[in-house]
Amino acid sequence: MNEGLLIDIIIGISIASVPLIFAAIGELVVERSGVLNLGVEGMMIVGALLGFVVQFHTGNSYLAVLAAVFGGMVIASIFAFLTQFLLTNQVATGLALTLFGLGFSAFVGRAYTEETIQLIASSNIPLLSDIPLVGPLLFSYNPLVYLAFFMVYLVWWFLFKTKQGLILRAIGDNHDAAHAIGHNVIRYRLLAILFGGAMAGIGGAFLSLVQVPIWGEDMTAGRGWIALGLVVFSSWQPFRVILGAILFGGITILQLHAQGFDIRISAQYLSMLPYLATIVILVSLRMGAKNKTNRTMPNCLGRIFHSTT
Amino acid sequence: MIKLIPRVENSKAMILLSPIIALILTALSAFVIFVFILEDVKVSNVFFTLFVEPFTDSYYFSELFVKAAPLMIIGLGLSIGFRAGIWNIGAEGQYVVGGIAGSAVAVYFYDVEAVWLLPLMAIAGILSGMFYASIAAFLRVKYQVNEILVTLMLSYVAVFFLSAMLQGPLQDPSGFNFPESRMFHDSALLPIIWEGTRLHIGLVVAIILSFIAWFGIKKHMFGMQIKISGSAPRAAKFAGFDDNKTVWYTLLISGGLAGLAGLFEAAGPAGQLTPGLPSFYGFTAIIVAFLARLHPIGVLFSSVLIALSYVGGENVQIDYDLPKSITQIFQGMLLFYFLACDILIKYKVILFKTIRQTL
Amino acid sequence: MSNIRLTGILKLSLLSAVLAFTSNVFADPVKAAFVYIGPTGDHGWTYAHHVGVNHLKEVMGDDVIVTEVESVAENSDSERVITSLARKNDIVFTTSFGYMNPTIKVAARYPDIKFEHATGYKQADNVSTYQAKFYEGRHVLGKVAGLMTETNVIGWIASFPIPEVIRDINSAFLAARSVNPDVQMKIVWVSTWYDPGKEADAASALIAQGADVLFQHTDSTAAMTIAEEKGIYAMGQASDMQVYGPNSQLTGIVNHWGPYYVERVQAVLDGTWTSTDTLRGIDEGMIQFSPMRNMPDEVKLTAEMAILDLEFGDVDPFTGPINRQDGSAWLAEGETASIGDLMSMMFYVEGIESKFPD
Repeated sequence: MNEGLLIDIIIGISIASVPLIFAAIGELVVERSGVLNLGVEGMMIVGALLGFVVQFHTGNSYLAVLAAVFGGMVIASIFAFLTQFLLTNQVATGLALTLFGLGFSAFVGRAYTEETIQLIASSNIPLLSDIPLVGPLLFSYNPLVYLAFFMVYLVWWFLFKTKQGLILRAIGDNHDAAHAIGHNVIRYRLLAILFGGAMAGIGGAFLSLVQVPIWGEDMTAGRGWIALGLVVFSSWQPFRVILGAILFGGITILQLHAQGFDIRISAQYLSMLPYLATIVILVSLRMGAKNKTNRTMPNCLGRIFHSTT
Repeated sequence: MIKLIPRVENSKAMILLSPIIALILTALSAFVIFVFILEDVKVSNVFFTLFVEPFTDSYYFSELFVKAAPLMIIGLGLSIGFRAGIWNIGAEGQYVVGGIAGSAVAVYFYDVEAVWLLPLMAIAGILSGMFYASIAAFLRVKYQVNEILVTLMLSYVAVFFLSAMLQGPLQDPSGFNFPESRMFHDSALLPIIWEGTRLHIGLVVAIILSFIAWFGIKKHMFGMQIKISGSAPRAAKFAGFDDNKTVWYTLLISGGLAGLAGLFEAAGPAGQLTPGLPSFYGFTAIIVAFLARLHPIGVLFSSVLIALSYVGGENVQIDYDLPKSITQIFQGMLLFYFLACDILIKYKVILFKTIRQTL
Repeated sequence: MSNIRLTGILKLSLLSAVLAFTSNVFADPVKAAFVYIGPTGDHGWTYAHHVGVNHLKEVMGDDVIVTEVESVAENSDSERVITSLARKNDIVFTTSFGYMNPTIKVAARYPDIKFEHATGYKQADNVSTYQAKFYEGRHVLGKVAGLMTETNVIGWIASFPIPEVIRDINSAFLAARSVNPDVQMKIVWVSTWYDPGKEADAASALIAQGADVLFQHTDSTAAMTIAEEKGIYAMGQASDMQVYGPNSQLTGIVNHWGPYYVERVQAVLDGTWTSTDTLRGIDEGMIQFSPMRNMPDEVKLTAEMAILDLEFGDVDPFTGPINRQDGSAWLAEGETASIGDLMSMMFYVEGIESKFPD
């Protein structure tokens, strides 16, 4: 197999993993604060739609991405309002969010299914991208790809190197104690949820602005749910999100290439692999990590916080 | 601006009223949306088609229950688990697996006309749904792996498995290689209880199961177990209730019921196994369970309500050229409003007044 | 063969004359309904039907009232949709294979209503089937691809291994080989008719593996956009996809359903409708082509000659000698494939290296 093909495959996998990285890193922050938002799919698809619509009407990629961020945040705020102020059940609310997001985007998107837009161009970083092998592999991507990896770093830095990050994690582990000390649990969670919405929005927009420049109902095709799996897979550790996303994106791409090479594994069984792999890895993490406290789930994940004041 | 004041005790009136308020709010939102998007059509006509027609037309009335039956059965199973805090989000997968197993039995005996075939198919469906859910139960009990993710991931696997089965062993040999199974023969089809419609015995089974579940939860120790495990896990442990047993029972029950629903769908309205079997009933049933407040009898009503949104929504799509996504939007909105209105049970909502007066 | 073609053209001319000179002012308009598997905005399969329906409305004006229902899932819900339409219409067209059994079931309950099922194989007294000779289109496209490819690798995004799809692959391959003996095919099965993301990924994978002309048997424009982005050629599918691939689309098959729809609705109006099984190709206008672009004149000429051959000549895309992939003989010298063979085709022809999917 020649190296050109290998590079193409690696690039393909990287691109497939980007929407997952965005959505998962956002949800990771949300879950670290103790909230479980199952509405990732709904937020992603809304981001995909709004990004496409704005790009179509203005031709301005920056605006399009901003619109996706904004859309994701607005949708997320419904979830935030319901779960943090009206104290509703998070699982149900998240599901309602997914449902609403899918319906809303399909509805508004009807007018745009026949349109196409200019893809956000890849930015070949001058000079660096001309280095043989390494050049195209590392330096010829779309700006959003770099942003995804940067966000992972940013989240890691925030969570583990800042005071606010520490507080957020503390809230996720024991919201009553954090509240007793005087931290505003609701405010942290609110901001976390909005951040999750913003990231899911960009993740969705990547699909409609970079991967395929068209809009289609349900074009997220379950990636939001996969992102949820990724968060757990990563043990709520930011850098592991990349690993998981590559695994997932990778198997999808590799399965297609395998067919091209006539490798005799049925497409359906190959398609199952990422999902089965997630389960296997979840189990193995548990098996190995029984005593490592910072590798376990935030204690308050999913529990409703009842303020006693 | 909005203040929530905890009530001394849950408002009984609100338990009944809050779903109605949620419905009214949804209807009002629907009204507003329709006014904006409809031209040349009276909103009242659309409302009639959406909410009333399915009740006044005998065909659509029967279809309401055809659509509601699987939701009832799955929703019932889910509500039991949710009460105990066990979140089986992947019921869709168990539903598909049950459909596959039941269909496999039907197709294996394709030339046998016998009265034991249907019960055997049902058992196959139930057992395979149970088996599929037991994977999550095992992983949760042994490795504390969250069942939400395991059941969810497995539901994707089940759909791929369906595709593999339909292009492989379960494919109709005389079907020109299309990924569909044989059409089921008479012994393998569910008996119709309303002549001329698709309404099958699954509805009766659903209703009976609901009452059994209600009775069981009220009277039987297990019901008490679930209730307390859900609301006070530590107290439950103290009382000796085995958390692991609860996990197993609830997942097996919800898995088995979902599997049964899958078989009913294949042997009922579809009459064969096709790639169209997964219809997101497993996810919609989650909404059904919540709308029913996890009450077994309530599930009967909430599933009809959701079925109404499907059947009515479809007719609105056909008659007024409104998009399919309208149904999804309304379902999402209904659930939002319902969840929000539930707050009224525990809290008094004070709008625009300041607390000054209470000091 | 040519006699049958001539009478076909004669029939069509007569029919057009009848249409032009009669007007049924005293008959009630025919209520016709169409069930679509996807959105009309897919710019592929469903869009082509929608275009056909617009043609119907144009030609028949007040004589027809049309209802179109989009995105009807191929599950037990479709039976309810078809029933709803049967209650209010005189003729119902169901435009995807998966509606076959529901259509038959509903037709049995509504014997006075006419049904037309696309791409299916079950008929009844009140159920017709209709299908287009897509493989004729692929024959022309195959020749173009064979001449335009520089890497000698044609990429094929396939949906499901059913006869229709296999037939098209074989037809294109034979045609490509006839002008380019070194050409080979890479085939990827995406197990869906419509999934832009997956189609795009499949396109990228095929391109990475050396394909420089893409074919698809799926419904979205994703592959075309990827081809455009990567600067390789691609064939449009079901509709003209030029907007999505201004530099990459060479040509494409355009499904032309309009005249058939007019015929059938007119038959209902005239009371002459009977159950038929229709299979039409280029000569009867059901298969048309997007304009030939982005190719040198010689290739254009070859394509146009191929079209003329199929339309007026005696050419059949499946003319022997052809062997099966395993080497066994299928068609002898000069022998053409029977309709039965074509409709149940479940083998690759000799020369295709890919293993046949299980």
